[in-house]
Amino acid sequence: MHPITTAHYVALSAALLLIGTLGVLTRRNIVIILMSIELILNAANINLVAFSRYWGPENMNGQIFAIFVITVAVAEAAVGLGILIALFRNKETVQADEIDLLKW
Amino acid sequence: MSEFYTSTDHFVLVPALLLALFGCFVLLADFLVFPRPKHRRYVVILVALGEAFTGAALWRQHSFLSAHDLASVSAFHGSLVVDGMSIFFNWIFIAAVLLVALVSYRYLETEQEHRAEYYGLMMLAQCGMFFLAAGTDLVTLFVGLELMAVSFYVMVGFLRRDKRSNEAAMKYLLLGAFSSGFLVYGFSLLYGLCGSTRLDRIGEAVTERGPFDPIVFLALTTTAVGLLFKVSAAPFHMWAPDAYEGAPTTVTAFLAVGSKAASFAFLMRMFLYPLAGARPAWEPILIGVAILSMTVGNLAAITQNNLKRLLAYSSVSHAGYILLGLVAGNETGIKGMAVYILVYLFMTLGAFLVVVALRRKDLAGEDVDDLAGLIHKSPVEAVLMLIFMLSLAGIPPTAGFIGKYFIFLSLIETGHYVLAVVATLYVAVAIYYYFRIVKSMFVGEMTDTVPLMGGFGMRIALGVTGVLTLLIGVYPEPFLQFAQTSLGR
Repeated sequence: MHPITTAHYVALSAALLLIGTLGVLTRRNIVIILMSIELILNAANINLVAFSRYWGPENMNGQIFAIFVITVAVAEAAVGLGILIALFRNKETVQADEIDLLKW
Repeated sequence: MSEFYTSTDHFVLVPALLLALFGCFVLLADFLVFPRPKHRRYVVILVALGEAFTGAALWRQHSFLSAHDLASVSAFHGSLVVDGMSIFFNWIFIAAVLLVALVSYRYLETEQEHRAEYYGLMMLAQCGMFFLAAGTDLVTLFVGLELMAVSFYVMVGFLRRDKRSNEAAMKYLLLGAFSSGFLVYGFSLLYGLCGSTRLDRIGEAVTERGPFDPIVFLALTTTAVGLLFKVSAAPFHMWAPDAYEGAPTTVTAFLAVGSKAASFAFLMRMFLYPLAGARPAWEPILIGVAILSMTVGNLAAITQNNLKRLLAYSSVSHAGYILLGLVAGNETGIKGMAVYILVYLFMTLGAFLVVVALRRKDLAGEDVDDLAGLIHKSPVEAVLMLIFMLSLAGIPPTAGFIGKYFIFLSLIETGHYVLAVVATLYVAVAIYYYFRIVKSMFVGEMTDTVPLMGGFGMRIALGVTGVLTLLIGVYPEPFLQFAQTSLGR
């Protein structure tokens, strides 16, 4: 058995970043886009915690940073869903491609 | 205990504390002290009071630095700093908030969405901006950025019964959160390089590893995507036209100057300090982005009929010009960026104020045609708009010329001749669409006779922006001195 190293975590987080980015770019449902954004933020969290471990048990910066990122992600999701509800009241849709009043 | 919150820490943090306190107090006061709508004017006075206190705290920091002949004072174990740059940018934020708050009262009454939350959010956004200008730690910078961004998402969607405002907020939030994701991913890699979130440590690690080390390069590109998105540089500008058009016009004005200035402070802090060692890797990226921003911004603005959308594209092109100062990177270039951002504050805010004044009951007043014949209806606003347009195009003797002059000068000093020529050519394109507005005002036939939104606040705000746009143009010396002492290293 090979031990799990920091490189494995970084590879996992790169994969999550990719999945999240593809989700944002290809999905049309706004709720799913918000979920994909959460994936990207969590990719960063995995990196932060893995690097925190890599730099030794004394180094807590990364773990604390990860807690801040989680908090900020929650605030963003709350505001995002609030705006989505306001939008749904006026437009009755959550599909990104049907939200097209503003364009050049 | 004192180790965790020393008097130095307090001294550095005071402006942000005041902003957060007044921001929360405005929110509370709204339903505890002044519940009735006619009391809303007291809320505006509270904002002014908060800004006055913040200004005093900044002045104290400034005089402390010059009295002890210090370049900077850092606090909280190196995660916040007071230096010329943070003070310079914070003055810009205070000016932006005060000028926007002055005209918001009448405007929000017209939109029938006058709530005190608006002012609270504005001050909290400004608190986030403080951390962007003063932060020297990834966590501080990230939390500051998000405090500003989340406040702006809500403000952009403030007209909750208006579909366009909802839509603008949704698009801004999705793209903003997406770019923050990239930014924080880049931050996580930067942290991984050295095990510290402090910018000076990261700078050492980046220099040691060199610009083309794969992790440094990946961290650099993801961070750059996030930063360039926030300053709305092409190809990351897609949110700007939509958010600018759909947002309430006063919020658009604040977004255009406040958010842009704060993001540039953040961008300068990142590229000039921790990422300076990776210059060979980011310089070509920035050159490409700057050229693309000027191209997209100027060409797309030509076909716009909506004034807010036109100014959004013009702000994309201005982001391109400001980035050129960073490409040059010498002292003139950095000073040029600071001067440009200062000038941009007054001229863009002025132009948006005229758009705010065009909003009247039952009249959106957002199209170029709504300006038709303005010289006959309100000559003062028309002449001021002419000054702002001349300045945005960069024609002497207005402030815009001074801003562009230093950027071009720095490009020539550092041997970027081709870039200087390209940038100058785009000024000619810009003149075309700015003068479409001027032509409409001076030659067009009046389409309506309803007078423009007036009021005491509007007169003061227009007066200040107009006078300063001209003053910086004809007598730039003190302002250059201000920028020089703030950013000279």
